[in-house]
Amino acid sequence: MTPLVPAAVLIPLLGAAVTLLVGHRPRMQRIVALVALSAVVVTSVVLLVAVDAGGPLVMEAGGWAVPFGIVLVVDRLSALMLVVSSVVLLAVLVFSAGQGIADGDDETPVSIYYPTYLILGTGVFAAFIAGDLFNLYVGFEILLVASYVLLTLGGTGPRIRAGITYIIVSLVSSMLFLSSIAMIYGAVGTVNIAQISERMAELPVDVQIVLHVMLLTGFGIKAAVFPLSFWLPDSYPSAPAPVTAVFAGLLTKVGVYAILRTETIIFPGPELNPALLVVALLTMVVGVLGAVAQADIKRLLSFTLVSHIGYMILGVALGSAAGTSAAIYYVVHHIIVQTTLFLAAGLIERAGGSTSISRLGGMLAASPVIGVLFFVPALNLGGIPPFSGFIGKLALFEASAEQGSPLAYVLIGAGALVSLLTLYSLMRVWNMVFWRPAKDVEGYESSSLRHMSEAPGGATLTDARTTPRLMVAATAGMVAVSVALTVFAGPLFAVSARAGEDLEGPRFYVEIVQGRGG
Amino acid sequence: MTISLTLLIVMAVLYAGGIYLMLERSMTRVLLGFLLVGNATNLLILIMTGVTGSAPIVEDGVDAAEMTDPLPQALALTAIVITFAVSAFLMALIYRSWKLAREDELVDDPEDVALRSASSVPQDPASDATGDTDFGSRAEAAVAGARDVELEDELAAHDSAESGRSSGRAEGADR
Repeated sequence: MTPLVPAAVLIPLLGAAVTLLVGHRPRMQRIVALVALSAVVVTSVVLLVAVDAGGPLVMEAGGWAVPFGIVLVVDRLSALMLVVSSVVLLAVLVFSAGQGIADGDDETPVSIYYPTYLILGTGVFAAFIAGDLFNLYVGFEILLVASYVLLTLGGTGPRIRAGITYIIVSLVSSMLFLSSIAMIYGAVGTVNIAQISERMAELPVDVQIVLHVMLLTGFGIKAAVFPLSFWLPDSYPSAPAPVTAVFAGLLTKVGVYAILRTETIIFPGPELNPALLVVALLTMVVGVLGAVAQADIKRLLSFTLVSHIGYMILGVALGSAAGTSAAIYYVVHHIIVQTTLFLAAGLIERAGGSTSISRLGGMLAASPVIGVLFFVPALNLGGIPPFSGFIGKLALFEASAEQGSPLAYVLIGAGALVSLLTLYSLMRVWNMVFWRPAKDVEGYESSSLRHMSEAPGGATLTDARTTPRLMVAATAGMVAVSVALTVFAGPLFAVSARAGEDLEGPRFYVEIVQGRGG
Repeated sequence: MTISLTLLIVMAVLYAGGIYLMLERSMTRVLLGFLLVGNATNLLILIMTGVTGSAPIVEDGVDAAEMTDPLPQALALTAIVITFAVSAFLMALIYRSWKLAREDELVDDPEDVALRSASSVPQDPASDATGDTDFGSRAEAAVAGARDVELEDELAAHDSAESGRSSGRAEGADR
C-alpha cells in the first residue's frame, strides 16, 4: 500500500502538466482533469480502508531513512481528509465543467483554469500527508499560489482588488510560518514532526510557548480564526462560484488540520488551551454576527464559514480524545456542507441573476430543484437533527461537558446560540429568495431586511440564464454526500473517534514514524 | 549556539524595513517590503545553522561535527524559489492593476466603504465631510484614475438601489 501514498500528490500534479500541454483543447482538458481527480478519489478511499484496518502508512521519499529524508505519513486523520477533499474537488470540478460548457468559458478561461485547479489539489493533498514541517510549508505554498491565480482569474477590477488583499495577508502568514520553522529548527535541530515532538518537551516552557504562538498565528490566518479572519469575507465572494466553493470548503480546513497537528503532536501540552477556547468563542460569535448583517448570499456564507471554524477550534482546544474526534467529524461535515452551500449559491446566482436577498424572489416557483438543493445543506449547517451538523455539534458539546470547566460550559451555550443564529440567517435567505413571490420584490418592506449591508455589485441584476444539468447534478451529488454523512454517521464517527484516539498525545505518531527509522 | 552578530543585525534591519514597507498603501512598496521580509527570513534560516565549519562533503578525516549544517541551506534555497515565484506573480498583478486603473494605491474595499456609510444612525452632512477617517483623505488625493470613477459609479448604483428602502425609513425617522 505504501506506493499509493505519493500517488495522491503525483496524480494531480501530472494531470496538471498534461492539461497544460493540451491547453488548446478544452474537452481533452476536462477529461484529463476528471480522470486525474477520480483516480485520486479511488486512491484515497483505498488508503483510508488500508490505514483504518492495517495501521498508518509511512513512506520515506527516495529511500532516505527517517530522520534524514522527507517522510510522508498517512494516518487515519490524513486519509480521512484526503478522501473528503478529493471528493469535494471532484464535485466542484464537475460543477465548473458544467458552467464552462454553458458559458463558453468567460468566467473561467479554460487553458489555465484546469491546470491551476489540479495544482491546488496537489497542494492540499501534499499538506495532508506531510510528515515534516517544511513539507507542510511547501504544500501550503503550492495551494496558496494556485489559489492566488484562481482568485484573480480573468483579472477584472474587483477580483484584482480582492486578490491583492488576500495575497498580502497570505504572504504574511507564510512568512510567519517559515520564520517559526526556522526558529523551531534552531531550537530542536530538526523539521521532522515526530522528532520535533520528542525534543520539544525538553525545551524550557517559555521557549515552547513562543514557538507555539508563532505557529498558531501563522495557521490561524490560514484557518481564518478571529481576530485573523478579517480578510476572508472581503476576498472569497468576488471569485467565480466554483472557486469560492472549493476555497471555502478546503483552504481554511487545511489551516485547521495544521492546528490540529500542532496541538496534538508538536505541542500536546495544555498551556494554550484556555486561550484557544476564548479564540473559538470569539470566532463563533463574531463570525455569525457578521452573517446576520449581510444581504449578499455569498458574503453571508463567508461569515458563517468563519463562525463555524470556531466549532473546530473548540474541539481542538478541549485537548481530549473526545474533543479531537468531534473536531475531526465536524471538519469532514463542514467541508462538505459549506461547499454544497456555495455551489447552491452559484446556482441561485445563475438562475436569479443576483446573489442579493433583497433583489431575489419567487425562486421556489421558478426553480424548485435549486430550492431543495439549498434547503437541505442550510438545515444541515444550522444543526437541525438528524443532519450531520447536529451530530457534530452534539459530539462537540458532549466533549465540552466532559471537560467540565466553566469556560467549556460557556462555549456550549455560545455554540447553541451560534447555530440558532446561523439557522436564522440562512432561513432569512430561504424566506426572501425562495418563498417571497417575485412580484413582491419591488418596494418590499420587512423588519428582517433592515440594517443589512448590501454588496456594492449586488444591486445590478444580470440576465437570468438557464442552469446546465451538469451544475445541478454536481450540487445534487454533494447534497447526497452530505446526507450520506448522516446515514453513515455510525461508521464515519467511529473512524473519527479512532483518529482522535491516535492523536491523544504524540506517542502513537512518534512511534509509527520512528519505528521506520529504527 | 554561536551566531554571527553581523548577520543578526542585517536580518533585523531587513525585517524592520520590510514590515515598514508592507504597511504602505502603494502596491509596489508592498512588493519591495515582501522581498525584504523574504530575504530576512532566509537569513534567519541561515543563522539557525549555528557554528559554521567546512563544506558538508563526506571525506576521510573530516568529522561531521566540523561541517556546516547543510539542511538550512536547502530550506533557504526552497524558500528563495517560492519567494521568487510569488513576487513574479505579484508584479504581474500590479501591472494588471496599473493597466486597468492607472494607479498603484490599494483603494478601500467598497464593502467597507458601504458599511461605513450604511450605519443606521442618521449622519449630518458636516460630520460626513470631516469624518472621513484615517486613509480617506490620502486615498482620495492620490486616486484620480479610472478605478476611482469606477468605484464611485458602483457606490452610486449601490446608493440609488438602497434609496428605495432607506428613504422610507428616513421619513419614518423624521416623523
